[in-house]
Amino acid sequence: MAVAQDTVERSVRNGVPLEYATADGELKIAGFWLFLSTDLLLFACLFSTYAILRTNTVGGPTGAQLFDIPGFTTETFALLTSSFTCGLATHEMRRGNRAALIAWLAVTVLLGLVFIGFELDEFISYATHGAAMQRSAFLSAFFTLVGTHGAHVSLGILWMLTVVYQLAVRGITAVTARKVFIVGLYWHFLDIVWVFIFTVVYLTGVLK
Amino acid sequence: MPVSPANLTGHFFVTGDPLIYGADASILLASAAVVFVLTYYKKWRWLWREWLTTVDHKKIGVMYLMAALLMLFRGGVDAILMRTQLMLPNMKFLAAEHYNQIFTTHGTIMILFMAMPLIFAMFNIAVPLQIGARDVAFPYLNAISFWLFFFGAMLLNLSFVIGGSPDAGWTSYPPLAGLGFDRGPGENFYLLALQVSGIGSMATGINFIVTILKMRAPGMTLTKMPLFTWSVLASSILIIYAFPALTAALALLLIDRVAGAHFFTMTQGGNAMMYVNLFWIWGHPEVYIVVLPAFGIFSEVFSTFSGKRIFGYTSMWLSLMTISVLSYFVWVHHFFTMGAGPDVNSFFAVASMAVAIPTGVKVFNWLFTMYRGRIRFTVPMLWALAFIPNFAIGGATGVMLAAAPADYQYHNSYFLIAHFHQVLIGGVVYGMLAGMYYWWPKMFGFKLNERLGRWGFWLFNIGFYVCFMPLYPLGLMGMTRRMYVYPAGLHWALLNLISTIGAYVMGIAFILIVIDVLYSIVRGERDVTGDPWNGRTLEWSLPSPAPHYNFARIPAVASRDAWWAMKEQRADDLNSGRQPEPLQPIHMPKNSGRPFILGVFFFVGGFGAVFGWYLLAALGFVGVLFALLSRALEYDTDYYISVEEIERTETALGRS
Ligand code: HEM
Ligand SMILES: [Cu+2]
Repeated sequence: MAVAQDTVERSVRNGVPLEYATADGELKIAGFWLFLSTDLLLFACLFSTYAILRTNTVGGPTGAQLFDIPGFTTETFALLTSSFTCGLATHEMRRGNRAALIAWLAVTVLLGLVFIGFELDEFISYATHGAAMQRSAFLSAFFTLVGTHGAHVSLGILWMLTVVYQLAVRGITAVTARKVFIVGLYWHFLDIVWVFIFTVVYLTGVLK
Repeated sequence: MPVSPANLTGHFFVTGDPLIYGADASILLASAAVVFVLTYYKKWRWLWREWLTTVDHKKIGVMYLMAALLMLFRGGVDAILMRTQLMLPNMKFLAAEHYNQIFTTHGTIMILFMAMPLIFAMFNIAVPLQIGARDVAFPYLNAISFWLFFFGAMLLNLSFVIGGSPDAGWTSYPPLAGLGFDRGPGENFYLLALQVSGIGSMATGINFIVTILKMRAPGMTLTKMPLFTWSVLASSILIIYAFPALTAALALLLIDRVAGAHFFTMTQGGNAMMYVNLFWIWGHPEVYIVVLPAFGIFSEVFSTFSGKRIFGYTSMWLSLMTISVLSYFVWVHHFFTMGAGPDVNSFFAVASMAVAIPTGVKVFNWLFTMYRGRIRFTVPMLWALAFIPNFAIGGATGVMLAAAPADYQYHNSYFLIAHFHQVLIGGVVYGMLAGMYYWWPKMFGFKLNERLGRWGFWLFNIGFYVCFMPLYPLGLMGMTRRMYVYPAGLHWALLNLISTIGAYVMGIAFILIVIDVLYSIVRGERDVTGDPWNGRTLEWSLPSPAPHYNFARIPAVASRDAWWAMKEQRADDLNSGRQPEPLQPIHMPKNSGRPFILGVFFFVGGFGAVFGWYLLAALGFVGVLFALLSRALEYDTDYYISVEEIERTETALGRS
């Protein structure tokens, strides 16, 4: 524990953010950036598949018929706001305010749950109205792209909860700070991917 | 719809074929023997503590090597079976269905479960030692990568006796690999095994990029890095930016198969060419993923055994990087016949041919490195030398295949088979065997026997030409790939017979190499200096095998070929009587059984998914989540080695 205390003091003195204070933290953050770049490519493959199959509805429902503007707008607001609250959490972490940090993470998780709730509702309503992924190539691509993002968000929620738990038990240390920072990176990344889904899938879909 | 009865999910254990009963029996016998030996010698604890839970890159490297050699054996047996079936016209050794399964598992195993772990073995064995690091950036993740590869490989191999092997080729194109034509679990085995091991490969790529970029010894700038390390960097970059495309392709096909989606079903608006594109967006970079590390090994070997610095160091790493970038822009050359049109095909043809330029630069640099060098014809050097003519032919036929209009003629013929085996065997396998002989003393503390090694080398090299040269003309004569039988009277028989003889010769050579290993374990020349080849890079500055923590003191690097420079300097240092820096406690990661357990959960989940037993699949998945969670909550993950213990170890190794 003495070691941990040292690193904290040193990093504060040198103006290095706590999550970068240990060599290990720095390596893990670098590795995580690389991971995100690969995840981006995974999404790029799903986006291109969607772009190719978008119009292949083979007589089934089209995006314009399915997409519900208030629904996906609410989802978008929830997720964008959660990215903001996640940023606030990091800000509070830098100030060493554990209670506020946990509170903002909790808000982030709640907004994430709202997002997932709306998405599930959307999926279920499509599937029960003859627009399941087995209906057409367009729907296969739609469910896979949007669903992969949703699965990422769900995993992010679980992950963030474990980080909250660790913060509650251990406080802000070099290790927990790194964990907060990394889950934050992940969360912002998912937000950016959603912006693309919003434009490529939903906006382009309803404009047609 | 043509669904062959042998392929239905109906029976769990594959029945009816004597070869498979043979496999069943040998698997049972081998497992029983392993269990017996471990129990008899009371080695279970040792196995668990020293190997299954290790996070030491050196041991992980050894495990990759052993697993890869085992897979080379399995893939080699497949090859021998195929060549036996093709030996004469109208052979009745293998049935069509069985032949399909064998070329599929041969290709899949050779690329993903032989070549990949073999390069990872070399990454692990050499990179941290070459850059003066104590381990990789993420040792725990490194262990996870290994166990995901291992259990992925087990999943695929299991298909042989349970459920039936995949049979739609190693490329697994839909619609052939879709539900319409292939209902059995075999394809699912392929998809899940590749997915599981693919996660491991991605993690390895990330691990080594961070290791190389962030953990080099002080003074070792990028341009002072050994060329093997450069090649690993290039290969790792390719891994992390190519594998996502494979992950996507396999996932979409799996969703089509298990959820009844229509990504690749023409009648429902799907587009099968999307799979082919995604597959080769990964597939072409993949061949460079496996061959670039071989290039790196050749650079080390040529320079060491010519007693010279590598010629054209800067152009060497630049060409590695150029090849990595170019390799993303050539994938369409695998299907010029798709009909993308002259403009698209021209672009990809020219890009493919352009790869020959940086490759040519490398070949000339190797030749110039040897020019006026004092060459020692050791076994690693023999493999490296033999690689050059091999790759020259493979490269030339590659340029022929890249000429789009002409490819309409060669496409999917035995000309192609000959070409890619020439580069995969002549490049990757020769490279990795060179690396194995070269680094063997570093791994185990004794050299492999050179005499047996030379026999193995010459037989393999001769066998190679005998086996594959006839395949070029056969391709031009119209023999297409994946054909299980051919009629007499086409003038194909003699060439096929010669080729099969060559395959057997290579098989014997492989056995000789195994004998070399076994013989040397008992009688091999011990390496007491740590520098048996008079090496140039930092791994040779350490005792063989290197202690657990690699470097007692992290070396300071002043130039390329750091160890060579140190050896030249050492005389001065001794005279000046300079004291070495005091030792510091060393921070090391603790062993963990969780990577292994995680692998087991992935295996269980994958197996459940293969058969559509969703309860089992869910169980595996939940297990994975729990393993990840328990790691997240684990804080006691590392420890310090005390100065006294380091001193004791170093003294025991004859160093101070
Ligand atoms: C050891 C000597 C080897 C022999 C004698 C051999 C022989 C063969 C034969 C007979 C085929 C099937 C041709 C056909 O019917 O289409 C084949 C396919 C293939 N081989 Fe090998 N092979 C050898 C080593 C390797 C190695 C080392 C690799 C890769 C690193 C490799 C990769 C492949 C691939 C990818 C295929 C295509 C499978 C498919 O069509 O789906 N082979 N090989
Ligand atoms: Cu290619």
